[in-house]
Amino acid sequence: MRQISGNKLLVKALREEGVDTLFGYPGACTIDISDELYRQNEIRVILPRHEQALVHEADAYARTTGKVGVCLVTSGPGATNLVTGLATANYDSVPLVCFTGQVARHLIGNDAFQEVDIVGITRSITKYGVTVRNRADLGRVIKEAFYIARTGRPGPVLIDLPKDVMGELGSAEYPKDVNIRGYKPNTSVHIGQLKRALKMLHKAKHPLFLAGGGVNIAGANEVFTEVVEKTNVPVVTTVMGRGAIPTNHPLFIGNLGMHGAYAANMAVSECDLLFSIGTRFNDRITGKLHAFAPKAKIVHIDIDTASISRNISVDVPIVADAKEAIVKMREYVEPCNTKKWLGMVQVWMKEHPMDMKHRGEMGPKDIIDEINRQFEEAIVVTDVGQHQMFAAQFTEITEKKRIIMSGGLGTMGYGFPGAIGAKLGNPDIPVIAISGDGGMQMNIQEFATAVLEELPVILCVFNNTYLGMVRQWQKLFYGKRYGMTDLRSGALSRRTEGAEKPVYTPDFVKLAESYGAKGIRVEKREDIKGAFEEAKKNTNVPTLIEFLIDPEEMVYPMIQPGGTLEEMILDC
Amino acid sequence: MENTIKKRWISLYVENQVGVLSKISGLFSGKSYNLDSLTVGTTEDPTVSRMTIATVSDDETFEQIKKQLNRMVEVIKVIDFTDVFVRMKEILYVKVKKCTREDKAELFQIAETFKARVIDYGKDSLLLEFVQTATKNDAVVKLLKDEFKHIEVVRGGSVGIESISMMER
Repeated sequence: MRQISGNKLLVKALREEGVDTLFGYPGACTIDISDELYRQNEIRVILPRHEQALVHEADAYARTTGKVGVCLVTSGPGATNLVTGLATANYDSVPLVCFTGQVARHLIGNDAFQEVDIVGITRSITKYGVTVRNRADLGRVIKEAFYIARTGRPGPVLIDLPKDVMGELGSAEYPKDVNIRGYKPNTSVHIGQLKRALKMLHKAKHPLFLAGGGVNIAGANEVFTEVVEKTNVPVVTTVMGRGAIPTNHPLFIGNLGMHGAYAANMAVSECDLLFSIGTRFNDRITGKLHAFAPKAKIVHIDIDTASISRNISVDVPIVADAKEAIVKMREYVEPCNTKKWLGMVQVWMKEHPMDMKHRGEMGPKDIIDEINRQFEEAIVVTDVGQHQMFAAQFTEITEKKRIIMSGGLGTMGYGFPGAIGAKLGNPDIPVIAISGDGGMQMNIQEFATAVLEELPVILCVFNNTYLGMVRQWQKLFYGKRYGMTDLRSGALSRRTEGAEKPVYTPDFVKLAESYGAKGIRVEKREDIKGAFEEAKKNTNVPTLIEFLIDPEEMVYPMIQPGGTLEEMILDC
Repeated sequence: MENTIKKRWISLYVENQVGVLSKISGLFSGKSYNLDSLTVGTTEDPTVSRMTIATVSDDETFEQIKKQLNRMVEVIKVIDFTDVFVRMKEILYVKVKKCTREDKAELFQIAETFKARVIDYGKDSLLLEFVQTATKNDAVVKLLKDEFKHIEVVRGGSVGIESISMMER
């Protein structure tokens, strides 16, 4: 029987799994794999400039293509640089398979050069992780990794590859089937439970759908919209669930939660049946737990049993894939009499519509409105902070427009690499990153990747010279003591006790240009339109548009940390 | 809300692989679950290990623990032993040192009362072996600690298996 090295089998396995793009950064322990990849043309190898950006790129690639994202990094620091990205993917249920190099087996445990116990380090932030200790297991382990990553509730899988195992000759066979006795994800829906839930829905006077990220991950948006239309029941979404139904749909109320729409939070507080799908009732959406949806019976459909009745107790739990459940719902749902209830919702929407007051020359909403106007089709990728919440509140999502972000972990530095990953997976769709000046600097080295890959992503940097979201809390709850959030503070401001500050650094426009990208600075509302038109003309280089934003811009409504959904701070 | 905190038992079938024990115990520490005792050993199938876990928790937390264990790839089966008929025992060794002649006599009596065995004997020391429920072992340790100054204790943690007839513990 023909024998091949582990390195060769790995590349063969990737081909058989249909991997077309791999995000890799080399090192001593993976140099043989780099060599195998060099000698083939089927898999495109992307070389980012930092492993953290690398894993975010693979993550966004996976989120926007539905494929499994694949990473290859070396042992030690290469592997530890994955940690934040793995946790990001784990919280947001993103399928990744990450290969890490490892020192040879006889060196493991010796504190060898670039040795870390990466499987141990990442145990609580991966769906599964394993060190391949025998060459004979390699094919099976890779096969299982892809299967585990993409099935059930998707998530990141880490495979640690000792260098000597990979060099060893062994079977050239890559298994066709998977059979893991401890892992049999169930996706199908229990019809009896579902019918019970629907009976409650039909009987309710104030029914409300709550859609989480699970609806988007399952690709159930269209059928969900059908169900919503058939029942005439209004919808609120989590930040990750935004787009479960088009945001311009008359039955869509808005996002709920800490920065949710007034009407959405009121609807949750007043509904008598909360029919929730694919959400884990994160503290950012529930506010104070005992006051969450106080009048409602709660139905909860989720693929992960552990998500059900963890944060809030549920009256009807249903374990199922969101799409399978919603497709079944379509069969059984009947129109609900919600006219009066929709009237109440309308009143709340009119009372405090989702809007921002104009302040100064140009506000965040002006920019997002322009994006909504100019792009028929788009993938918007955000970073984390105020701009992310503005984007979550105002970005229009339709069948052809989507938004992705690090929702669960809240990872600053996700936006730019996320845009790169999304663009690599969707070369024909405009990709727009929205980032703050803080998050933009967390993976700014990726300009090199974006320029060399000729990716015309548009990077909108909302520069307010502060770490705005923390500043917002400081302004509201910490007596305007802006500790650690002023990005112009340093020796000069210390010396002069805050009287003097230097000009902002870096100069984003020059920085973009130094990488060979385009840079535009916008200070006034009337220049926004032209900036995007200009950016669209750059068809093979990234364009950074720096928008100078007033630091006093705040994200409203806001629920005080630990407060209830009804006690919202509104714009005033 | 009703206070449902009590001691609970789980029997767990897991893959007999490197790192599984660490993953299970890491779940308890990472999610702040109480872990009272954990024992592990291989079964008749060398690829499968079986664990007996004791935890003190309320109803909701215990449900979460079972769900979280169930979703681990390496966990093959989770069985709740809390309210079923099981046989469950723990081994306890107590070495009593610096004994007088009277001490030894008393220790033999204690051993007889608790159906323990005296398994080793020195000039001024005794080694006792108890195989009984963890609760009874708690009582023995307390008793011996009160009666004798110099004792050394090692406990194995409970192991449990379902009864064939309807017998408890």
